[in-house]
Amino acid sequence: MMNNLLRNSLGLLLGMLVAGAALAAGADLGQTTKQATNWVAIGMFGGFVAITLGITKWAASRTRSAADFYTAGGGITGFQNGLAIAGDYMSAASFLGISGLVFGSGFDGLIFSIGWLVGWPVITFLMAERLRNLGKFTFADVASYRFAQTPTRIFAACGTLVVVAFYMIAQMVGAGQLIKVLFGLEYQYAVMIVGVLMMCYVLFGGMTATTWVQIIKAIMLLFGATFMALAVLWQFKFNPEMLFAKAVEVHSKHDAIMSPGGLIKDPVSAISVGMALMFGTAGLPHILMRFFTVPSAKEARKSVGWATTWIGYFYILTFIIGFGAIVMLTQDPGSYYVDGDLAKGLKGGGNMAAIHLANAVGGNVFLGFISAVAFATILAVVSGLTLSGASAVSHDLYATVFMKGKADSAHELRVSRITTICLGIVAVILGIAFEKENVAYMVMLAFAIACSANFPILFMSVLWKDCTTKGAVTGGVVGLVSSVGLTIVSASVWEAVLHNPKGSALFPYSSPALFSMSAAFLTIYLVSRMDNSKQAQLERSLYPAQKIRSETGLGSSSASGH
Amino acid sequence: MVDEVAARVEANPKYHKLVSIRSSYSIIMTILVMAVYYGYILLVAFNREWLATKIGAGMVTSIGIPLGVGVIVITIILTNIYVRRANTEFDSLNAEIIKEANQK
Repeated sequence: MMNNLLRNSLGLLLGMLVAGAALAAGADLGQTTKQATNWVAIGMFGGFVAITLGITKWAASRTRSAADFYTAGGGITGFQNGLAIAGDYMSAASFLGISGLVFGSGFDGLIFSIGWLVGWPVITFLMAERLRNLGKFTFADVASYRFAQTPTRIFAACGTLVVVAFYMIAQMVGAGQLIKVLFGLEYQYAVMIVGVLMMCYVLFGGMTATTWVQIIKAIMLLFGATFMALAVLWQFKFNPEMLFAKAVEVHSKHDAIMSPGGLIKDPVSAISVGMALMFGTAGLPHILMRFFTVPSAKEARKSVGWATTWIGYFYILTFIIGFGAIVMLTQDPGSYYVDGDLAKGLKGGGNMAAIHLANAVGGNVFLGFISAVAFATILAVVSGLTLSGASAVSHDLYATVFMKGKADSAHELRVSRITTICLGIVAVILGIAFEKENVAYMVMLAFAIACSANFPILFMSVLWKDCTTKGAVTGGVVGLVSSVGLTIVSASVWEAVLHNPKGSALFPYSSPALFSMSAAFLTIYLVSRMDNSKQAQLERSLYPAQKIRSETGLGSSSASGH
Repeated sequence: MVDEVAARVEANPKYHKLVSIRSSYSIIMTILVMAVYYGYILLVAFNREWLATKIGAGMVTSIGIPLGVGVIVITIILTNIYVRRANTEFDSLNAEIIKEANQK
């Protein structure tokens, strides 16, 4: 039955791709932009889809139990998982967004990329092995290890779904816009193709397919970015000073691109954004879930070691790519700028810097490759998000809360698959609904919620012996509500989305993290301290055993081993 | 059965040694990374002029750029130093603890 379903959806998908391509060809006639229909890009992307669907078919034959679905049976190596984490984390937004930021204002892009990296050492030093030792399928397994299951799981599942929702909307809208420009496809079709493909990967191949999609995407992205950076450096005899000198000469802001600009408004915002990025990474459910796919704490550590290396390397590349774009695109304004006028900006917007540079250094074939990579990147990220949302519903809500842990693996698996379909449909609908909305704040909001709701309860439940269910859940709710609330009354939503007059936002800083995360930790501390119920005493008495397992891994090898 | 093994782990001084060495090591590393990162961010917030200073006469590269790339490189190096030490020294101590707990 599964096989039939797979074949049918493959047929449907191919049909959609062909229809989309035909539509794109039709739209081509009326449009003046150069990148209207890029057959090379479509061909390369088709190749990627064919390979990943082939892998999905293979993965489907290995996805029999809930454990296979959530964690690929725990059989991924540290190196593979490191690449997959990098593939899960390096989104199209960071590739195109950071290189676009460097293209627009130089130095500021560097500050941003450093922020996106520093969460990784925190995960490595504080979380990775403890997560692996205590958890099975979701981060709620870790947070609720010695706590009352129902409240902790319900909260953790909400935290997961909220983060996944905001992250997902941002990705879907970005995907639609990007693909519209790159492939000349209609926005709705682009969003639907992303939705259908992601459903195929997750539905049939579970974590195994998702992992390999992320690995392949990471390799393609690292290869493409390395090629572009080398092509740029080669032109300047591998001397960055020469590259910067030329960039300062041709950029409209001249020497200002060599110093910090307007990205950081005030010290409080700087620290708050920094905290959101640093600790938010350690609270992203789709990233945390990846730690359960490896067989041991040792492999979990290797994963983060590799992931940090690849991600850091990638950000250095995006910096070079941004500067390369400044220099090389201005040499041929006719091809890359609106009306050939430097003052009017890049065709397709500032985020297209890396895409245009691909054309400048490698011609149409390489442009096609990078466009396909950008599409693949979005697919890999949304698949990870969907899988994480589906496991929160099936493992935390259905199997643990609703069935009190008595659900059998087959039922749990079926619920995950139904949830995957629902999430896919919801993601497509939201993606289309938010087409014209400003979604720039959503990724930052996802990070703010992750660091204010998920990270504190995870951190305190694992590392503080006196933490109790009441404390953790109350603190988590405080973090969740305050991070969402403060974001709504900050300029990025209050003024940019709700169209209130400029300067009327109540919350003056760029991120709520500093306040909402502190509030969450403080609430967890105070409520746990005041909680002297029987349940609280029981939970405290369970801490030494939890600590032994989290520190030594004793008893954990059987959790996901086969 | 696991409880008995766990009790033997709890009674083993090596376990407490492992926990204390490893947690102080990870706390020191975390503080180090935070100091490097927030140090850089605070420089951006409070001392832009210094970051914009050129690294040499007649050059355009400003101090902030090698420093920023340095922060990325240091982050990668510190992470891998931790992983290496944890995967060799700490893991072999950990293996001894588990072995001793299972023996008796």
